[in-house]
Amino acid sequence: MKTNTPVIEINHLDYRYDYDFVLENIQLKVNKGDFLAIVGPNGSGKSTLLRLILGLLKKQDGQLLLFGEQIDTFTGWDKIGFVSQKANSFNTGFPATVYEVVRSGLTKKTGMFRFYPKDSKEKVLAALRSVDMEEYIDRNIGELSGGQQQRVFIARAIISNPEVLILDEPTVGVDIQRVEVFYQLLNRLNNERGMTIVIVTHDIGTITDKVSHIAFLNRSIHFYGTIEEMKRLDNEVMSFFYGHNMHLLTSNYEHGGARV
Amino acid sequence: MIESLFQFEFLQNAFITGIIIGIIAPLLGVFIVVRKLALIADALSHVTLSGIAASLLISKWWVPFAAVNPLYTGMLFSVVGALLIEKLRTVYKHYEELAIPIIMSFGVGLGVIFISLANGFTTDLFGYLFGSVSAVSRTDLYIVIIISVIVIITITAIYKELFVLSFDEEHGQSLGLPAKLIHFIFIVTVALVIAISMRIVGILLVSALMTLPVAASIRLAKSFKQAIIYSILFGELSVIGGLISAYYLDLAPGGTIVVIAAGILLVTILYKKLRLNFKIVG
Ligand SMILES: Nc1ncnc2c1ncn2[C@@H]1O[C@H](COP(=O)(O)OP(=O)(O)O)[C@@H](O)[C@H]1O
Ligand SMILES: [Mg+2]
Repeated sequence: MKTNTPVIEINHLDYRYDYDFVLENIQLKVNKGDFLAIVGPNGSGKSTLLRLILGLLKKQDGQLLLFGEQIDTFTGWDKIGFVSQKANSFNTGFPATVYEVVRSGLTKKTGMFRFYPKDSKEKVLAALRSVDMEEYIDRNIGELSGGQQQRVFIARAIISNPEVLILDEPTVGVDIQRVEVFYQLLNRLNNERGMTIVIVTHDIGTITDKVSHIAFLNRSIHFYGTIEEMKRLDNEVMSFFYGHNMHLLTSNYEHGGARV
Repeated sequence: MIESLFQFEFLQNAFITGIIIGIIAPLLGVFIVVRKLALIADALSHVTLSGIAASLLISKWWVPFAAVNPLYTGMLFSVVGALLIEKLRTVYKHYEELAIPIIMSFGVGLGVIFISLANGFTTDLFGYLFGSVSAVSRTDLYIVIIISVIVIITITAIYKELFVLSFDEEHGQSLGLPAKLIHFIFIVTVALVIAISMRIVGILLVSALMTLPVAASIRLAKSFKQAIIYSILFGELSVIGGLISAYYLDLAPGGTIVVIAAGILLVTILYKKLRLNFKIVG
């Protein structure tokens, strides 16, 4: 699904934790219905970028708009679902059922000082159905496998029917066969519900035939465009695929800017 | 026992207070344990002690102050201690847990100074340290009831948010929940509950009543709701059993309550072990 309604717009965004810039002059525009993969080596700032978009880190320099609103005044957080990189390193001894965990995704939508709505059980079931985990509803979350937990966290993220789903390396620790099924699920959410998806991943080999857009990030964005645009690029870019250096890209595209 | 309960007002006070504390201490305890804040509860109870000691000292110097219930100064110190811990946690960003021993030792130090100035241990102080069946007054009971109602309403109101932030803080923040505010409200309720629990279990053992029933319950509970229900159940068993045995054996109830809670914990551990062995063998 292609539209020209911007959901995330980033201009000249810089970020540093301490002294060194972790992100520099980021330009990115995600439209409604896009399925964007952000790829880059470890420590390239992928999680930092997502955390800025999610308001988990405070923006320093540059512009960041969500649904056309400045992030500082943005309040529609229930329109954004998030599955964090650390989702399956939570305290596995925590006494909670799958039902309780998935339902907690409704917290913001329900509002402060209110009980969960009466139909939350049906909503939880529907969310679990879309990740194929219905029969686990009453299980303790800690007893599930890593892959199953990951699907529960996706159900938690999509239960409030967000317009954008943001995932940080969701397939780490999920076995290969499951990864394929996992991407089918994301494609279904993208195609059927028109959900905008932003995923950070290392699976550069498998991702290209799943997503509509791709961004190579290493402190700054070295390429951003559709998959077709990327495929038209020369070998130097392809060499990145097969394993190596981001700086090959840097030298070529540093001054060309992002191809939006 | 039942007869004496009808006969003696002090016993009624102690039992009603105990039953209420048996609900709210483990209720908050569930959140304290899953959020790994057990040591904060301990630190706050020691700060409460210095509040009590301060009250005893001031009453000695200035007699009219004796009319002020020490529970109030205890609560005041406890809440201020909670605020200081939160402040220190932001000062020492990378050593958040350092806030706990700082406040705890400060609380004890201050308490010791007040106690020495007041010329040492009195029976009153002993009651505050280890609980007492006979020392709970009607006013104490009323304070306990009012604070408990406030605490239960507060926890019910922020239950969803508290669950989300306890289970996965980052997820809660990504939902745009006011994480700091919720945490702050929670810590203040903990401070209040610690202060009102000390009449029954005593300052040194308050945190045990908040954590031992929970430690037993999370071994059995599948859901968070179950964890809360079992914790309250174990908390009540400990408090009621502890008060009855304390009354008959003439012991400090703090001790009997905590020993029963520890016994329940032991039973749940053995139960889990036995079942596990049974599964492996069978
Ligand atoms: N909380 C933090 N404080 C200081 N530096 C950080 C923090 N989080 C990440 N960094 C640093 O920022 C850089 C980018 O990290 P991150 O965004 O996690 O990268 P990625 O997700 O691409 O692996 C790394 O060099 C990392 O060490
Ligand atoms: Mg990362």
